Amino acid sequence: MAVITFIIDDEQYSAQEGVTILQVARDNKIHIPTLCYLDGLSTLGACRLCVVEIEGSPKLFPACTTKPTENMVVRTNTEKLKKYRRIIVELLASEGNHQCAVCVVNGHCQLQDLAYEVGLDHVRFPYLFPKKSLDATHKDFVMDRNRCVLCTRCVRVCHEVEGAHVWDISGRGIHCEIIADLNQPWGTSANCTSCGKCVSVCPTGALFEKGASVGEMQKEHDFIKFIVTARNKHEWVHIAPEDE
Amino acid sequence: MKPRVATAWLGGCSGCHMSFLDLDERLIELADKIDLVYSPIADVKEFPENVDVTLVEGAVTNSENEELAHIIRKNSRLVVAFGDCATTGNVTAMRNPFKLEDVEKRAYIELADKNPRIPDEYVTIAQLLNIAHPLHEIIKVDVWLHGCPPTADQIWFTVNELLQGKIPVLPPVYLRYG
Amino acid sequence: MTVEDLRELAEKEQARQAQFEHRILYCSSAGCVSSGCDAVKAELKKAIEELGLTNKCELLGTGCLGLCGEGPLVFVHSDPTLYQHVDAKVARRIVEEHIGQGKKVKENEIDLKDPFFASQTKIVLENMGKIDAESIEEYIAADGYEALAKALTEMGPEEVIGEIRKAGLRGRGGAGYPTGLKWDIVRKGVSDQKYVVCNADEGDPGAFMDRSVLEGDPHRVLEGMAIAGYAVGANQGYIYARAEYPLAIERLKTAIKQAEKLGLLGNRILESQFNFRIDIRIGAGAFVCGEETALLRSVMGRRGRPKVRPPYPSEKGLWGKPTVINNVETYANIAPILRNGSAWFAGIGTQKSPGTKVFALAGKINRTGLVEVPMGIPLKKIIFDIGGGTPEGTEFKAAQTGGPSGGCIPKEHLDLPVDYESLQTVGSIMGSGGMIIMDNTSDMVDVAKYFMDFCMDESCGKCIPCRVGTKHIYTLLEKIVNRQATEDDFALLKELCMMVKETSLCGLGQAAPNPVLSTIRFFNEEYISKLKPATTFNATGEEHSPVTVAKEVK
Repeated sequence: MAVITFIIDDEQYSAQEGVTILQVARDNKIHIPTLCYLDGLSTLGACRLCVVEIEGSPKLFPACTTKPTENMVVRTNTEKLKKYRRIIVELLASEGNHQCAVCVVNGHCQLQDLAYEVGLDHVRFPYLFPKKSLDATHKDFVMDRNRCVLCTRCVRVCHEVEGAHVWDISGRGIHCEIIADLNQPWGTSANCTSCGKCVSVCPTGALFEKGASVGEMQKEHDFIKFIVTARNKHEWVHIAPEDE
Repeated sequence: MKPRVATAWLGGCSGCHMSFLDLDERLIELADKIDLVYSPIADVKEFPENVDVTLVEGAVTNSENEELAHIIRKNSRLVVAFGDCATTGNVTAMRNPFKLEDVEKRAYIELADKNPRIPDEYVTIAQLLNIAHPLHEIIKVDVWLHGCPPTADQIWFTVNELLQGKIPVLPPVYLRYG
Repeated sequence: MTVEDLRELAEKEQARQAQFEHRILYCSSAGCVSSGCDAVKAELKKAIEELGLTNKCELLGTGCLGLCGEGPLVFVHSDPTLYQHVDAKVARRIVEEHIGQGKKVKENEIDLKDPFFASQTKIVLENMGKIDAESIEEYIAADGYEALAKALTEMGPEEVIGEIRKAGLRGRGGAGYPTGLKWDIVRKGVSDQKYVVCNADEGDPGAFMDRSVLEGDPHRVLEGMAIAGYAVGANQGYIYARAEYPLAIERLKTAIKQAEKLGLLGNRILESQFNFRIDIRIGAGAFVCGEETALLRSVMGRRGRPKVRPPYPSEKGLWGKPTVINNVETYANIAPILRNGSAWFAGIGTQKSPGTKVFALAGKINRTGLVEVPMGIPLKKIIFDIGGGTPEGTEFKAAQTGGPSGGCIPKEHLDLPVDYESLQTVGSIMGSGGMIIMDNTSDMVDVAKYFMDFCMDESCGKCIPCRVGTKHIYTLLEKIVNRQATEDDFALLKELCMMVKETSLCGLGQAAPNPVLSTIRFFNEEYISKLKPATTFNATGEEHSPVTVAKEVK
């Protein structure tokens, strides 16, 4: 495959053709915030946090799906992008009911990390206070839709890696919700193998283990990449946690 | 003349004020630097005029909070949303997904030990608003200080920056929720 | 059936039609159906039978006659006369007086010299008012399937695409991508299977162009799709129609059956080596399924959510195979281009946007209905000549084009030529062809709020800017309408609109703020006048606006 040279934030980089901007950035320790993206899962391009500017185009491009071309000039952290990323986090914060007791203590919530990153000191939009349900019918796990950011990592990991397809989305727009089976209590799902992959990939506290103490509520986001690499390449290597 | 500082307590648990007291011996240093002109921990009935900085704890959850918030804004050069309830609504706003009448029913009737009834003497009792609001939805806010409660160090940093005439930009270590 | 058989059939049908002295066509499109054309049809039929005119006079249901606001409409073909507001009584008089005694029913006659008719150029709608919407023979008699025959017998796939490219036809779904270019990409794609898809998920409020074409001339769309299939090397087509169009779906089903029976669809079409099947897929009414990637997912039976492009459908579409996806009106243009040649088509409209465009005129305008005009026609000609202007006593204020994704064009831009590029310069889009006229009684903030309500409701929820952003744009607009908003809120609204426009995943989200942005651009004062006055409040002289919420207390 051809190697292409392009520019990210005034520095020149080389990359294999076909690799995404996000991948090149991560390989070179350039931080671009992401939320729906997770190594090992299909890319969705839905959270729009990783949008970057490309010189010569008035549009913004998600770094997770856009492939660089020769001499492309990419900017990952302009004032406009910073402004828009902050709005995205504000929108998420206003959308759910994120008064959590857990994450602030153990620091393991990626929504919280993003809020710190964009310097979110207050949310300018009115909080929507939706009435969302909590599903504690599963013997090991709980789904609290109040904290869900609809990144669909759980949907994808269950379908793509576990092959069970327990999770899916119902409703549309602001009324979207993650549901088990055809909107049945999770505990009654005959498909669910109780593998816990969905819980591991959840970026917030929407999916968590029953009976775990606050300090134990830690997610293993890199473990899916380990499984997928093992399956596809037969390489049982543990990859160091990505900068997410 | 020393800067005139006020602190106010709206719909919150007073935990932020407790944390303020956690400044411990730094309080003595602070007392030399400022005039505390109004505070739940000082016996002042009316919110004074011409205040330099007011720290406001709590969400705006009833008519009294709202009225006081406007007076604070009118009389203060800088307003600080002090803690998570003032910033996001936090615990105070956890009633917001429910209807006001259900909230009142729960509080005054279902949980009443005796004489269950919903009060209506709004001359003497503050009236609950439909939802609890973060402070900036009601008045313009200049600085947001996070935490449930903010730590004494966060408060110390913020107050010192303000006393030096700077609008504090909280370093990541002090930007924390909860 | 061979090409000779096709031509023989056409001649036979023309001869059959020539037997009748009169052809009475009643409009059988949904608009006239809802205003009662079934009763009119029954009365016409009864009157013809009672007066013993069955040998002299043929009665048939035709496609949309255009003046939808004046329906039910009846057209007498022999002695071209169009009647409006026809009820059972008028229907009987048409048969008795016009057909029987040669006297027109003056009270209900519409002047066909009126600019409404005279200023139009009909390509897509050429068969409306000419043929029976449910008869393949009538379509064939009007040169139907002649273009397909020509393509199969005289032209190679490259030549077909070459003609479409030379004609300069651009996608009529709204974005205006060159059709020939799209087909060429699919043709060059290496794959064992390719598809042709027709987007008939017309969802813009007030738009009914595609519906009218499907109801009135379904074979035209089938023929266009078959030609596309031949050009790109596809043997399967899908029409994705919304469930709210039962009549269009019914007519399409009939048309497909008729075409299959005559060997104009299916295997070995016109005894060539070309096979092409068309199936209908019915959408459940989600607006977002009009977005091509969401539509394709829905055709495959998946949840209708858009996907990031690239890859485009022309590279990876249905089941990962190269797929042509065009709008109903685009396919409806194909047959005439091949029949009349690319030069003829390129000579209509403007150089960059050749051909015509069908618009659905609605709102505060004297003549609402369906019109087809050459591209580049000045906006004011559509509104004042064809549409007859706004109702008496009111003044034109703005034209909204492009539906919820479009913008409002104020009166200072009335001279604007209607083509893809010009509309963009004023912050609107061509869109699929909805045109809503507003007069000075319309409040532009309300208009923006109405469209935002629609977009918010129709957001699929996949990307955050559209899912939550449209909701907050709506609440901010609501706040402005309720006069609770401050200048800060207005600034935040503008910031949020730009953010949703620039960061949303698909066209729906990217275009959702357009109605707000364009009304802010041209009617800024209507927003400003609704803002709460800022009150000077604090010691530093900074302005702070008090927001009183006490009123919301029960």
